[in-house]
Amino acid sequence: MLHINCPFCGLRAQKEFAYGGDATVKRPELNKEVSKEEWDNFVYMRKSPRGKHIELWHHISGCRQWFKVQRDTATHEIFKTAKMSEEIV
Amino acid sequence: MQKYSVFSLIKNAFSDHQNWEVAWKDPTPKSEYDVVIIGGGGHGLATAYYLAKEHNITNVAVIEKGWIGGGNVGRNTTIIRSNFLYDANARFNEFGMDLWRNLSQELNFNVMFSPRGIINLAHSDAQMNAYARRGNSMRLNGIDAKLLNRDEVKKLIPMADFSDEVRFPIFGGLMQPSAGTARHDGVAWGYARQADSMGVDIIQHCEVEGFDVEGGKIKGVRTSKGVIKAKKVGLCVAGSTNILAEKLNMTLPIETHLLQACVSEPVKPVLDGVVTFGAGHFYISQSDKGEMVMGGDLDGYNSYAQRGNLPTIQHVLTGGLALFPFLSRLKMLRTWGGIMDMSMDGSPIIDKTHIEGLYLNCGWCYGGFKSTPVSGWTFAHTIAQDRLHELNADLTLNRFSNGYLLDEKGLGTKTWIS
Repeated sequence: MLHINCPFCGLRAQKEFAYGGDATVKRPELNKEVSKEEWDNFVYMRKSPRGKHIELWHHISGCRQWFKVQRDTATHEIFKTAKMSEEIV
Repeated sequence: MQKYSVFSLIKNAFSDHQNWEVAWKDPTPKSEYDVVIIGGGGHGLATAYYLAKEHNITNVAVIEKGWIGGGNVGRNTTIIRSNFLYDANARFNEFGMDLWRNLSQELNFNVMFSPRGIINLAHSDAQMNAYARRGNSMRLNGIDAKLLNRDEVKKLIPMADFSDEVRFPIFGGLMQPSAGTARHDGVAWGYARQADSMGVDIIQHCEVEGFDVEGGKIKGVRTSKGVIKAKKVGLCVAGSTNILAEKLNMTLPIETHLLQACVSEPVKPVLDGVVTFGAGHFYISQSDKGEMVMGGDLDGYNSYAQRGNLPTIQHVLTGGLALFPFLSRLKMLRTWGGIMDMSMDGSPIIDKTHIEGLYLNCGWCYGGFKSTPVSGWTFAHTIAQDRLHELNADLTLNRFSNGYLLDEKGLGTKTWIS
């Protein structure tokens, strides 16, 4: 079981959370001409690295906030968690 | 190559089985091949076999990071079926069913293909309607499908929970009687042995470190056993697709996730075919040894771990117990995990790439085993002829940007949602 440090509630068990996928994909800007490639990259294309991955999690059975997690996809080690407004570098 | 038969078995019994020929050699890689297949799993070995058999291309190497058959072909739940809604998937996999039926004879290796049927259970009227639609679609593609009512299901699986108190009562189900299971390791070994006998080099413990691409053309692969030149290279690496794509500076519509499976202690025959629970994600069959083979959801987050997390197993088996209460008395023998190349519409990709001579076979999600023969067959055709066969004409890489998705389950791009 993963233990995830919710930036709002502290360390909780994985069962309280839902996964939200890659946090680094950016939705194309609104009210602008969007090329086919930009839409493809946003909707379908994923790096899915082996190693450090910045991803979204949802504390669905807790405070119901979305936040970012930096996790190793091979070892499941969690390095950092951050609020949506914060950057993980 | 030594032919396997009852006579060779008796003959070798006299020498205490000490004089069997090796099933495949352990060659050192040549400096150049016509085709290099990366990935010595079921799909890679099948591709090499059909390249040699159907297209007479025998100057082929299969290179494998670990040992052949050590990845998903040795980790799956061995289910073989073609009960698909969409034409492209149905035709593709039904062609595969024909290959499965002859496979043991063709490979002179008993892959123990056992067509005992698969039942997808329905737990609501809406689900029955959806299954009627899928069954009709299957029959239009020449695949056997039977819509079963509650009583017919009860006759086939009387040990399921048919009581009145159950939360998800069984309304009926969709059955494909010709579906079944096979001995998964045997499939890899059978293909390896035949490919080897036709001159294919199977090179194990040889990891790909990079690719040589010049002027938009593939020239070879750099491996832990040196540079291997190749006119054509085929990628058949399932859960490692994203890792190799990164070395090629390609981004693919694929996420890598982990799927677990488990088996119970062996018991006497209780379940004939394969059964899937319709109100949760759970499927079960009984192996020839008597173990109940079970699986279900992905672990639910990107993973390359090849080992799973207990909450998922608990969740999957909760569904299992709701369907088959007798499972609660069984001890779990083992659980394991494998990494899945989850495509963004749930269907595979067998296609050429923007690099000349580089071919891609990926996106099998958690259903690659059943397609092993047809995947190898069509991929070999694609590599040998440098064009897609009509069977994989829709399994293209650009279907995502063109909007011709094959979203069998209507799940969209969130592959971890079950």
